[in-house]
Amino acid sequence: MTATQLLVTAPGIRNRARRRWTWKEVVFHLAVIAILVVILYPVAWMILSTFKPSAEILGNAELLPREVTLANYEKALGGIGGVSFWSFFQNSTILAVLSVIGTVLSSALAAYAFARVDFPGRTAFFGIMIATLLLPFHVVIIPQYIVFNALGMVNTFTPLLLGKFLATEAFFVFLMVQFMRGLPRELDEAARIDGAGHYRTFAAIMLPLLKPALVTSAIFTFIGSWNDFFGPLLYLKDPDLYTLPIALRLFVDQSSGSDYGAQMAMAVLALIPVFLFFLIFQRYLVDGVATQGLKG
Amino acid sequence: MTADTLTPPVTTPAEPPIPQAAPARRNRRKWEDIRAGYVFLAPWLVGFLLLTAGPMVASLYLAFTDYNLFTAPEWVGFDNFIRLWNDPDYLKAWQVTGVYVLVGTPLKLASALGVALILNAIFRGSGFYRSAFYLPSLVGASVSIAVVWKAMFIDHGPVDSVQQILGFPAGGWVGDPEKTMPMLILLAMWQFGGPMVIFLAGLKQVPQELYEAASVDGAGPIRKFGAITIPMLSPVIFFNLLLETINAFQVFASAYIISGGTGGPARSTLFYTLYLYFRGFRDFQMGYASAMAWVLVLVIAVVTVIFFRSSKLWVHYAGDEGR
Repeated sequence: MTATQLLVTAPGIRNRARRRWTWKEVVFHLAVIAILVVILYPVAWMILSTFKPSAEILGNAELLPREVTLANYEKALGGIGGVSFWSFFQNSTILAVLSVIGTVLSSALAAYAFARVDFPGRTAFFGIMIATLLLPFHVVIIPQYIVFNALGMVNTFTPLLLGKFLATEAFFVFLMVQFMRGLPRELDEAARIDGAGHYRTFAAIMLPLLKPALVTSAIFTFIGSWNDFFGPLLYLKDPDLYTLPIALRLFVDQSSGSDYGAQMAMAVLALIPVFLFFLIFQRYLVDGVATQGLKG
Repeated sequence: MTADTLTPPVTTPAEPPIPQAAPARRNRRKWEDIRAGYVFLAPWLVGFLLLTAGPMVASLYLAFTDYNLFTAPEWVGFDNFIRLWNDPDYLKAWQVTGVYVLVGTPLKLASALGVALILNAIFRGSGFYRSAFYLPSLVGASVSIAVVWKAMFIDHGPVDSVQQILGFPAGGWVGDPEKTMPMLILLAMWQFGGPMVIFLAGLKQVPQELYEAASVDGAGPIRKFGAITIPMLSPVIFFNLLLETINAFQVFASAYIISGGTGGPARSTLFYTLYLYFRGFRDFQMGYASAMAWVLVLVIAVVTVIFFRSSKLWVHYAGDEGR
C-alpha cells in the first residue's frame, strides 16, 4: 500500500525540472530499479550467455562470460538440415513485410468506412467487427486449414497472408477507427463540399492525417508476424519455407536439448529485428498500447 | 510532453455540427455514401465472410461429425461432446488452462497495477522505465523467449543455482510437473508491461482535483486509493481484465516449446490450445477438435457476458459526457 501515498500527493508535471529529490522519490526509484533488474535479467542473461562456452552456461547464475566465444553464433548461423539461417530470415522478412502492407491498407479502408461514411448496416458491421476482436481463432482455424489444404495451398505463404489483406486483424481496424473519430470532421467535410469524392478524401486527406495510427499498426503487425508461431507451424512443412520461430523450434529439437548456447544464440538472432523496432519506435509502441485502454 | 502529442487524439470533445448540404444534393450524396461505404468495407467484408463467418459455421457442423481430412465427414450427433466430457486428457487440459487463467491473470494484473502506481508517482525517468517494463510484453510470447525461459529453469540453470544458494532443494523446474505451472505463470507475470502501460495512461486521466478535495475532507492515502483511484480506474481495470483473461485462454507457443511439443511432463502443460492442436493437426480428428474449439468459444462468450454484466456493479463510468 506504500505505492498509494505518492500517488495521492502527486503534484503536476510542469514543475518537474525545478523539483528537488525527495526521500520518497529516492525510495520509489530504488524500488523501480530493483524491479527493473529482475525483469531485465532474463534478457541480459540470454544475450550474454550466447557468448559463453556451453559448459559455462549452466551451474551458475552469473551474467558476464568468463571466456568470450562466438562458437554459438557460428552454430546458429550454420542453419539446419542444409537450409541456411538467412533463408529463414528471408522468409520471416517477406511474410512480415507483406503482412504490414496488407494489414495497414485493408484496415485503413475498413476504418474509413466505419468512421466517416454513412451507410446502412454500418453499426451492425461495426459491432460484428468488435465481436471478432474477442473471438478465439481456434474456431476458424480448422475449416480454414481444410479449405487451404483442398486448394493445395498448404506449404505456401498464402494462408498466412490472405487474412492480412482482408482486414481480419480487427484490433488494427478498431485502432484506426478510434484515431479517425478523433480527427476534426471539418477537414474531410470541407473536401467533400469542394467536390472531392470519398476516394479522394480518403487518399488525400485522411491517409496523411492517419499516419501515427498507420505507423503503430505497421510496427505491431510486423512484430506479430515476426513472432507468429502457430500459423507457420500449421502451414509451412518444407524447411525451405520455415520462418525463424519454427526454424528455432526445429533447431531446439535437433540439438537434443543440451546445447543451450547455440539455441540461445539463434533465439537472440531471431529477436534482433524486434529489439531494433523497440529501440526506434518505443514511443509509438507504448503510446499505441496506452491509447487502446482509454476508450475501450 | 511529446508523449501526449503522439497519442491519437481520441479524447477530443464533441464534434461540431456537420454543415448542411443543399436538399437537392443530399439524395445523390446518400447513394454515393452507400456505394462508397461498401467499397471501402469490401476487403473486411470478404475477409469476414470467407475467413471468419464461413469457417465458424463449418466448424460448428464439423463439431457434430467424425472427420479425418481424408474421408467424408460422418454425422455423429453429440458424440464428440460426450467423448470430451469423458476424456481425461481433455479435463486435464481444462484444469491446466483454468489454473493458468485464474491464478496467472490476477497476478499479472496486480503486478501491472502495482508498478503503474509507483511509476505514476515518480516523474524523473518514468518514460524510460515505462518503455523498459514494456519490452517483455513485446517478446514474451515468442519462441525465442520460451527457449530462454526453459534454459533458465532447467537443471543447473540460473534459477536452480539461485535456489540452491538460498537453501531450497536443488532441481530444475522444467522436468517437475509441480513446477511447470508456476514457471509459466512467472512468464506471464514477466509480461506485465502491456497492461501496466494501459493502467498508467488511465492513472494520468484521474483528475488531481479529486485528490485535493479528498485531502481537504481529511481522507488518508488508503481511503483515497479505495474511493478515488480504484473507481476512476475501474474502466481500465475492466478492459485489462477482459483482454488478459481472453488471451490467457489461448496461450500456445510458450507451453509448446517449454514442454518440447508434448504438453508434459505428466500433462502439466497440456493447455487447451495445445490439446486442440494435437487432436486436430497431429491426430487429424478434425470433428473432435472443432467440438473443442466451440466449447472454448462458448466458455469465452460466457466469461465475456459475465464480465459485462458484472461491470454494471463495479465499473464506474464517470465523466462520460466529458469524453
